[in-house]
Amino acid sequence: MPDVQSMVLEFVNKLRKRKIEGSQATARCTVELLRSVISHHRVPHANQASALIDAVKAVGGQLVAANPVELAVGNVVRRVLHIIREEDLSLATAAVAGLDLLDASDDDEDVNGKGIGYPAMSAAVVAAAARSTLRPPSLQTLLEGTPESATVPYTSSSGADSESKTADKSSITRKLKHDVIEGVNQLIHEIAGCHEQIAEQAVEHIHQNEVILTLGSSRTVLEFLCAAKEKKRSFRVFVAEGAPRYQGHLLAKELVARGLQTTVITDSAVFAMISRVNMVIIGAHAVMANGGVIGPVGVNMAALAAKKHAVPFVVLAGSHKLCPLYPHNPEVLLNELRSPSELLDFGEFSDCLDFGSGSGSPLLQVVNPTFDYVPPSLVSLFITDTGGHNPSYMYRLIADYYSADDLVM
Amino acid sequence: MESRRNPRAVVDPKVRQVGFFTSSQPDSTHQPDPIASESHPVASSISPSGNSLSPVMIPPPRHNSSDTFPLRAAAAAASAVSPSSFSYSTRRDFPDGSMTASPGRVSRASFSKPSSSLPGVGMDSMAAAKSSSVPASGLTTVSVVNMPPGLSEKESDQKKNSKPLKEKTTKAERRALQEAQRAAKAAAKAEGGKAPLVSSGSVASTNVKAAKPAKPSSQKNDVAVAAPGPSEKKGGQTEKDRKKDAPHPRMQYDDESRVVKAKRRAVVKQTEAKNRVELFRHLPQYEHGTQLPDLETKFFQLDPMHPAVYKVGLQYLSGDISGGNARCIAMLQAFQEVVKDYSTPSEKTLNRDMTAKISSYVSFLIECRPLSVSMGNAIRFVKNRIAKLPITLSESEAKAALQSDIERFINEKIIMADTVIVKHAVTKIRDGDVLLTYGSPTAVEMVLLHAHELKKKFRVLVVDSRPKLEGQLLLRRLIKRGINCTYTHINAVSYIMHEVTKVFLGASSVLSNGTVYSRVGTACVAMVASAFRVPVLVCCEAYKFHERVQLDSICSNELGDPNAISKVHGREDINYLDGLTNNANLQFLNLMYDATPSDYISMIITDYGMVPPTSVPVIVREYQKEHSLV
Repeated sequence: MPDVQSMVLEFVNKLRKRKIEGSQATARCTVELLRSVISHHRVPHANQASALIDAVKAVGGQLVAANPVELAVGNVVRRVLHIIREEDLSLATAAVAGLDLLDASDDDEDVNGKGIGYPAMSAAVVAAAARSTLRPPSLQTLLEGTPESATVPYTSSSGADSESKTADKSSITRKLKHDVIEGVNQLIHEIAGCHEQIAEQAVEHIHQNEVILTLGSSRTVLEFLCAAKEKKRSFRVFVAEGAPRYQGHLLAKELVARGLQTTVITDSAVFAMISRVNMVIIGAHAVMANGGVIGPVGVNMAALAAKKHAVPFVVLAGSHKLCPLYPHNPEVLLNELRSPSELLDFGEFSDCLDFGSGSGSPLLQVVNPTFDYVPPSLVSLFITDTGGHNPSYMYRLIADYYSADDLVM
Repeated sequence: MESRRNPRAVVDPKVRQVGFFTSSQPDSTHQPDPIASESHPVASSISPSGNSLSPVMIPPPRHNSSDTFPLRAAAAAASAVSPSSFSYSTRRDFPDGSMTASPGRVSRASFSKPSSSLPGVGMDSMAAAKSSSVPASGLTTVSVVNMPPGLSEKESDQKKNSKPLKEKTTKAERRALQEAQRAAKAAAKAEGGKAPLVSSGSVASTNVKAAKPAKPSSQKNDVAVAAPGPSEKKGGQTEKDRKKDAPHPRMQYDDESRVVKAKRRAVVKQTEAKNRVELFRHLPQYEHGTQLPDLETKFFQLDPMHPAVYKVGLQYLSGDISGGNARCIAMLQAFQEVVKDYSTPSEKTLNRDMTAKISSYVSFLIECRPLSVSMGNAIRFVKNRIAKLPITLSESEAKAALQSDIERFINEKIIMADTVIVKHAVTKIRDGDVLLTYGSPTAVEMVLLHAHELKKKFRVLVVDSRPKLEGQLLLRRLIKRGINCTYTHINAVSYIMHEVTKVFLGASSVLSNGTVYSRVGTACVAMVASAFRVPVLVCCEAYKFHERVQLDSICSNELGDPNAISKVHGREDINYLDGLTNNANLQFLNLMYDATPSDYISMIITDYGMVPPTSVPVIVREYQKEHSLV
């Protein structure tokens, strides 16, 4: 336990100091940390699922607080919670099925048809309640929802488990934890493999002699372009350099190393060049539930220019970047200001930046935001590891990955 | 259509005099052969159209400059006797319709002869020869002497035919006319498409030189009408000067033969960058920093170059002078020096020789850095003034007049214009405003400083972009005056646009479709501003307006030093691209300008007032009218 605690602290510190950058790296670190949290967590006999959820939530809260702008952390925590809930549910339904000597299919019918009068009524109701929590709130769940399902579904479910199945309690306990860890491993695998999943679709979107504009440095974009290149498509890439971080230089270097025709342009030339560009492809920092995109700074400009010239604006995003939150004033609230030293030489402007001089407030302020928000109306297509989607469909996709209970952590 | 109609209306009196007058004024007392003219009503009725276009279709007679040499000598000899009276007589002739074939006209006819491939020209000169042959045989001989052998034979052929048999003449003339019209159509097409260097060799343009091809034909012709005397003489000059003449300011650098030609006469040996962006093959891309030492060593070998011009050129090359107004003023002041130190060589006239000199200087400046539109307009003005100098002025008077003209241009069109713009723009700044500006536009800076002097309370957001980072200079100057500033890079413009109340931008040029041609990135800022419903005000002096149109930023632009992109000044940690600059797969594109569509622009503030972008063509037209009437 103490070693887990120290690991959490260490990771929190890293996040706070912005030592870990990039949503993919953060997501992977987060999910690995959560896995060790789960595996080290001593699960009580009763209420195993809720105990696990509480533990994960506690750690997740710390992580999210450490870097609220890094939405991938919150996303991954929610995903893990979702996995726990789902495993718990499947165990519960299995137990119910075993108890009632009924087939799983019958059990499902019971649940759907509210099988009153069956001997396993209580267990079936519990299962239905548990299931309803996994679903997003809908009219059906509201109608069939039992009073306790909204308030204490987990205590009741595990309570029912423990009551009815004292015999093989320990085996179920082990099984839940095992299943959850299995699920988390799957999630790790998914995060690690999202590049390949997305890159596989490259050939469907890039044709011969295409001119592509990209911005910032994204591994997803790199893999995507290289996948098309490997399929013998020859095309040209314009990379906006992305001052003041110059991540475009990094991307250009890697693209050149892979043999792609690359042209580095200044950020200011984006509008000038967009008329000769066939497609804008960017990697997102996060995708919001409304289909808006948070990306590297300057993305909004490129999106507006693309809209003006009717150039498709394509966003690549792994599923760990899908955030179930709806943004409010995301340019400011989900943004981060970096050091002014990236823009101005302190030596040159030291006299103006000084707070102490003059009237107390400095004459010069420097704004150096990290992210930019693109409203969904400017996005033509999302390509995730599950395929291409419209911005308007993102809310539904997100509902597949997260349970409604976890949206507020 | 426009290009065709213009030359006809204005040029007619100048070029078509010979044939035109013989036929339309049969009662002319000087008409030696009334039958010949009266008997060809068909020819005379058609001839205006056919002929009016002839100035357009005469191609640049560059191939046989040697042919014309004897003629020029003859003309020079003639002018040496009585230069002023000679030219006046030439001018007199036309309105009178008198057919005393003056030497001036004969010489013009022979100029057009080298381009004998076009039959229309042959006819023109034939008509001239015909008319002149009867009254004064001495003059005829002059014209014959100047003719290239092949053509003179043909002409004499036609002459023979014309005298005894009118039917045959009409046939020949008709054929000639037909061909002339055909050629004229082709030429008009070429003119309409503004094919570089094709139309610039026209007779009309000889007085203004090929250095300004984008000039409208109407302008040329206005000049031609106003000052036929000097223009005619200059005709001979052009052929020689063409060799050292300026490369076309909008030369297409993907045309290899042209590039080779231009390189041969270039003073500045620019090395072409090897690794170039495919889309921009038509623009010159040079290795920077290689030419300066080379030029410095050449300083004493370039004797025709005036030191003031040389200095300005080097300053352009090294980037010490940048910004439309600064470059323009520097150039004009250098030209003032040139005028001051100028003395007309013997056997030459001031107008002709000085225009040639200015042209060669301009070509040098173009080699150093492509001209801006404002400079093009200023050069056009200077040449216009030179061309219009009254021939009666003595050299010192002419020089003084020119110097004061240039001075007046600087004062009126640039300095006064800026103060007027400031006066207008300041009314748009209110207390509590948050103003955004991009780069370092001089006009906007003056507006901001003046508003600050008026004790208006506002905040300025300075948006900057790589690689020039001109905004930092502006920032420095504003802060020194105590203006509250916020600084950011262009990428963050949509982050800060929320708080902005007005956007003030500068412009390198405003094109007549309302497009603002300006420092690269201006379009981005204007676009984001209009997306956030923030008004965009462009401050631009009217002398930077141009009747050219442009839809994108690619067809016409300027490429900066590509290495400026790979290296990030002051950030040693950004070195990802070190050592990759010669990789064939990697190019750097350093665009200098971009074109902002007019729909992003709320208002253009000029010295003529505050106008919407749709009114730009009106200002362009008015400006040119004023320009040509001055």
